[in-house]
Amino acid sequence: MGVGIAAPPNILTTTIEKAARWAATRSMFPATFGLACCAIEMMATGAAHYDLARFGMEVFRASPRQADLMIVAGRVSQKMAPVLRQVYDQMPDPKWVISMGACASTGGMFNNYALVQGVDEVVPVDVYVPGCPPGPQSLMHGILTLHRKIMEGEIHR
Amino acid sequence: MLTELLKGLAVTFRQMFRPRVTTRYPKEFRTKPQRFHGRHVLNRYPDGMEKCIGCELCAGACPARCIYVRGMDNPVDAPVSPGERYGFVYEINMLRCIFCGLCVEACPTEAITMTHLFEMSVTNRDDAIYTKNELLMRPDGTVPHMFDDDPYANYEELNTADGWLRATAPGGVAAYEGVKMWQGTQGPASWDPEPDQETRDA
Repeated sequence: MGVGIAAPPNILTTTIEKAARWAATRSMFPATFGLACCAIEMMATGAAHYDLARFGMEVFRASPRQADLMIVAGRVSQKMAPVLRQVYDQMPDPKWVISMGACASTGGMFNNYALVQGVDEVVPVDVYVPGCPPGPQSLMHGILTLHRKIMEGEIHR
Repeated sequence: MLTELLKGLAVTFRQMFRPRVTTRYPKEFRTKPQRFHGRHVLNRYPDGMEKCIGCELCAGACPARCIYVRGMDNPVDAPVSPGERYGFVYEINMLRCIFCGLCVEACPTEAITMTHLFEMSVTNRDDAIYTKNELLMRPDGTVPHMFDDDPYANYEELNTADGWLRATAPGGVAAYEGVKMWQGTQGPASWDPEPDQETRDA
């Protein structure tokens, strides 16, 4: 996952690694990447009723240089795919991707030539959130699953 | 200028005593509406027989083509469902599903219904394909889930079936209001018919 420590594991570095993982989960800055109706639910998640600020991630960064989480919210067209990849490449390591909703994850009901059939053809995806669109609780479940994945390393689910 | 500043700060100060609206999600869950479309479940009759007859109408109705069904002839000595055939393979790709409920609408035996559970994020896309192991309710009427160890999911929601059939079966004819048109199911989905509108609004 690359938290930034390449030394072989010993007592000191494992503690730092753990601290780095904890710090990463507590202040993730999502890049603004709302593409369709899922973005409305993403905004609702950030608003008062669900309040993403509780996880320290209410600031949706307009610049990918300041973000470490990309929530791909909505359908990705073939024309948008290179843009998506460029935004991902511009994000500093460590970085994570949540594929939100049916369209971003698999193309959903739009099985046609215009849309990318799953955003993992373009960028590596950490968490898939099913739903059309996923409600705020579902998105937060995805975020918490990602937190779990970061804290525990790879979880198989 | 000072008065304007105080006026503005008074708004902020007043907000401090307003009740909070935030649902603190992993600790508290928001009650979903009665007809919420969540994860699917395959039902059984009260005698334990499977309701699915493997007709593939749900797969045909699905706009996202996320359901895969294969029917098979019932074994003569130990039938799985009342009828000729039963759903031998039943898979739903939850990542493609758009939770529209057309499969529930299309099902002639009310075999597939929806529950209220909607929190089912995965880190591996193979895990999003729910097979009969996860979809079919157990003989005692409880509903299994893909992950037994999810600390953030409210498993109680699996026992809440959506009320779509209560309101519209059959075909939304007003004369059938309050009449139980639902064949018995084991477990949570054995509900009473939805009352008519005057009773509901009273």
